[in-house]
Amino acid sequence: MALFKKKNDGAALNSVLVRRPIQKCFPIFLLPTFIAFCIGFLYPFAKGLFLSFCNFKTTSKWTWAGLGNYVKAFADESFLHAFWYTAGFALVSLLIINILAFTVAYLLTKGIKGSNIFRTVFFMPNLIGGIVLGYIWSMIFDGILSRYNTSILLNSTYGFWGLIILMAWQQIGYMMIIYIAGLQAVPGDMLEAAKIDGASEWKTLWNIIIPNVMPSITICTFLTLTNSFKLYDQNLALTNGRPYNGAIHTTEMLALNIVNSNTLKTKGIGQAKAVMFFVLVAIIGIFQMKSTHDKEVQQ
Amino acid sequence: MAKKPATIQGEKRGKAVLSIVFAVVAIVYLLPIFLVLMNSFKANAYVNTETFAMPNEESYVGFANYIKGMTFGNYPFAKSVGYSLFITIVSSALILVCTSMAAWYIARVGSAFSKIVYYLCVFSMVVPFQMVMFTLPKTADTLNLNTPWTIPIIYLGFGAGLAVFMFSGFVKSIPLSIEEAAAIDGCGPVKTFFSVVLPMMKPTMISVGVLEIMWVWNDYLLPYLVLDRKKYMTIPIHIQYLKGSYGSVDMGATMALILLSIVPVIVFYLTCQKYIIKGVAAGAVKG
Repeated sequence: MALFKKKNDGAALNSVLVRRPIQKCFPIFLLPTFIAFCIGFLYPFAKGLFLSFCNFKTTSKWTWAGLGNYVKAFADESFLHAFWYTAGFALVSLLIINILAFTVAYLLTKGIKGSNIFRTVFFMPNLIGGIVLGYIWSMIFDGILSRYNTSILLNSTYGFWGLIILMAWQQIGYMMIIYIAGLQAVPGDMLEAAKIDGASEWKTLWNIIIPNVMPSITICTFLTLTNSFKLYDQNLALTNGRPYNGAIHTTEMLALNIVNSNTLKTKGIGQAKAVMFFVLVAIIGIFQMKSTHDKEVQQ
Repeated sequence: MAKKPATIQGEKRGKAVLSIVFAVVAIVYLLPIFLVLMNSFKANAYVNTETFAMPNEESYVGFANYIKGMTFGNYPFAKSVGYSLFITIVSSALILVCTSMAAWYIARVGSAFSKIVYYLCVFSMVVPFQMVMFTLPKTADTLNLNTPWTIPIIYLGFGAGLAVFMFSGFVKSIPLSIEEAAAIDGCGPVKTFFSVVLPMMKPTMISVGVLEIMWVWNDYLLPYLVLDRKKYMTIPIHIQYLKGSYGSVDMGATMALILLSIVPVIVFYLTCQKYIIKGVAAGAVKG
């Protein structure tokens, strides 16, 4: 991306024909988006960052609290629980989703009949919103569990694996599309050479295909990671943190924990949690962008 | 030589078996949707106890759930659908028009200010909504942007990052000479943009459009916090409201509403499948 930019900036600078007239139209081209960006992102972001160091009940009445909110956030058991729960969830879903998505993609690129229909079917759950997905699956899980006189809301193990199943159902199709694109880009002559040399299918997969789709694997790894860490709607709709164990909501993930801090007394702590959440998600996001950028350079 | 046909035949058989296996998996994959359809025709009491049974004489209630669902929760479902449609269409259109113009300006002008805006946009892509969860609704209230008619401006602001990033990435790949030629022929920037640059942007337009439509249509937390809940609901808010806070839930009616809310999505998907898959995948690869 850096390379790309330099070259084109140079070109833009040289073209007085194009650059100057556009610059004069600043109020038409950039200003509307910039104003909306300030209202919808920049100002709330800056204010949020500032308020994380304050005690506040409404965003206009605040008193300085320094790092107090951060200290309190770390002392909040439910927050720490949510963090480790989310991390565990992210790891398990990362493995399950990627292994299954890769397998499906690998088999679907073998030229079997009906590949396109299968692809369409597997991708479809992606388009359904998180809240709706949560309620579809809570009906299914409770339909099964009610026979054993229990419910997904009563047992945190069911809650965990229920959410894993839900997310796998939703995301396998998405990751599959990225893997299929990666698999189709594996050089055909390499595969042919392997075939002529008599390499087994297993060996071809490990020594030729997987190294070649490594960029796709990196992208999908980061995508599943960010998706897990940012997960909110599905978590809210499926269990909403239940069952509760004292102050700890056993199946509550980070994003939900932060939203649930939206009570009168603890708004400053909630905002401090949100800032830490942002830093965490941003770090993963930056690695993700970097990995995609590396991929662009390679191709 | 005699062996070769045998292995080819074996391969063919393997592929046929694989096709059958996948067909079964695909049917299982669609089962949740089918279960929603089935249960939307059952009386409330049977949804939880006979979730996996076809509706029978006892449990079948026809379209009663759909009729009940229309006014279920003291809020007309049609109104939620209307607001969802309006917000999604207007927000996506606004984002497409405004950010493509902004991205062209940013990519072509290259001034210090436009660079700063660009990097802020990229930065905003990694910021989760929870970070502005307390402050954004307050800002929206102060500026009277808390209605369905004005919330598209909030969506433009919060969603500008990805769209500007994708559009400016594309603009940088368009050769400058085309715009120079237009300028020599006497086209002003506005005319050049709308009659020369915009048509070239079509593939990126579709990708960004699909991403924004899917985001806004399914979004729950932003409209839930920004809109005045008593007056305005979108489909996700409506469904969460029914299940989350509305005393005893009528599961049959809820399933009817869930089905009604996924039918348009499925129709949209089946009609523009090619673009949707491309668009969604492009969004992933761009970060």
